[in-house]
Amino acid sequence: MSHFTLYTYVLSASCYKVRLMAALLGVPYDSVAVNFYPGFEHRSEAMLALNPWGTLPILRAGDLVLTETQAMLGWLATNHDPTGRWYPAADPALGPQVLQWLGLAARLTGSAGLARLHAILDWPVDGEAVRKAALKDLQELELLLTDRVLAGQTWLVGDHPTIADIACFPHAALSPDAGLEHDGFPAIRNWLYAVRSLPGFVTMPGIHELHELREREPADPQ
Amino acid sequence: MSLHYASNDWYPVADAACLARGPRKTRLLGTDLEVLGPFDHPVVTDMGGRCFPVQVRYNHLWTTIGDDPRPLFDIPEADEPGRRHVPCGVVRVKCSPLRAVENFLDIAHFPFVHTGILGAEPHTEVAAYKAEIREDVDEVWATNISFYQPQAAKSAAGGITTRYEYRVPAPTAAVLYKTCPPRPEAMDVIAIFVQPRSETDCDVWPWMALYDDTTNFADLAQFQQEIFLQDRSILENQRPVKLPLDPKLEIPTRADMTSIAYRRWLKRRGAYYGALTDQT
Repeated sequence: MSHFTLYTYVLSASCYKVRLMAALLGVPYDSVAVNFYPGFEHRSEAMLALNPWGTLPILRAGDLVLTETQAMLGWLATNHDPTGRWYPAADPALGPQVLQWLGLAARLTGSAGLARLHAILDWPVDGEAVRKAALKDLQELELLLTDRVLAGQTWLVGDHPTIADIACFPHAALSPDAGLEHDGFPAIRNWLYAVRSLPGFVTMPGIHELHELREREPADPQ
Repeated sequence: MSLHYASNDWYPVADAACLARGPRKTRLLGTDLEVLGPFDHPVVTDMGGRCFPVQVRYNHLWTTIGDDPRPLFDIPEADEPGRRHVPCGVVRVKCSPLRAVENFLDIAHFPFVHTGILGAEPHTEVAAYKAEIREDVDEVWATNISFYQPQAAKSAAGGITTRYEYRVPAPTAAVLYKTCPPRPEAMDVIAIFVQPRSETDCDVWPWMALYDDTTNFADLAQFQQEIFLQDRSILENQRPVKLPLDPKLEIPTRADMTSIAYRRWLKRRGAYYGALTDQT
């Protein structure tokens, strides 16, 4: 049974966050492809009636309409993760840390996300400026992740992946699309690898499956 | 590099969707251009105000900056009734325009790069096929190709063995004919038209002419964009950046017969723009 409808565009890293979260939680949904490019359908009258801000993705569940990607991740985890580990909102230590990381996720959307759109689709922004901003945000992510590694941790918050990891993952993973390679970011590289190895992981163009892991799948004991 | 040879071909520089948003500043063979709409009465100029010839074909606006242009190649299927034309917009790739075409001609990478769509392990074998330079039309053709595909097209209901034919009518364009899932007797047409910005940087315009009246435009365009973007990161990481035409520089295998014919064809016509040759 489908739990929500996602208005989505295949090359959008923000739409992919929601697809990835739903896949990791095993939540079925319906997709509506929106011709973001080349059609700019997200700015059509019909789409603006649904989301006056003219952005994608849009999540609709009954009367609920969400237009903020990070809110969608929170909604998915709150409603579809009985363990509460993906979004430990009520935990006085972990909850605020998750929200803190969502701030970096939003900044990455405005820097690395725009740099990528500029590089791929010639988006009308100052390419050099957004690339510089993206580099700064990636350096911040690298430093924060290095602290986590020194603390013996894999994930951004606590000892289990959270919506913070999923919110930050796509734009960091896709930065080579804008010529920002991962060579200088060893902590980011290891963390990207950890996210890609999660059970139920799905791909998007530019983010490949881990072939090497698939070959290691344990044989059926029967 | 042979700018003179390349300058006498026609290249896409805009589609209707991009001109609807305003003039397009772009680059062709190292020359900065401005493309002004409307799409049916366009003007293409360089920064000095020189006007270049234009023609509208295959849902794109084409121009040439040469003094003695060869005619734009014909795709007869474009005029067949019942086909839906799907211009998929433009994607910028930092690679040689020739590498973009060659990648489009390659089947062997499908299971690894387009996993679950155009190929799947363990169905990785490329069966023997025919690749040739057709002297009468002076084009590269690859025929008698078949390959197992889990999701050959948006209109495919499941895995099928797809038949393919490839045609290279110009150094920076490639046309693919493949089994049309809803009409097995017909072939869908999928093409890429490459706009060389420089020898190492291009804009790629994918275009399709399909028998599919049911899938909505967004799904069709996104299907093609998804596949092309899966290739993009690989194209940007190919070294050397320019396409080697000397067979000693990159060792081909049997699966690369189309590529071998393409490189040979480029070499003999002197289409060296974007190529690594003895001369460069």
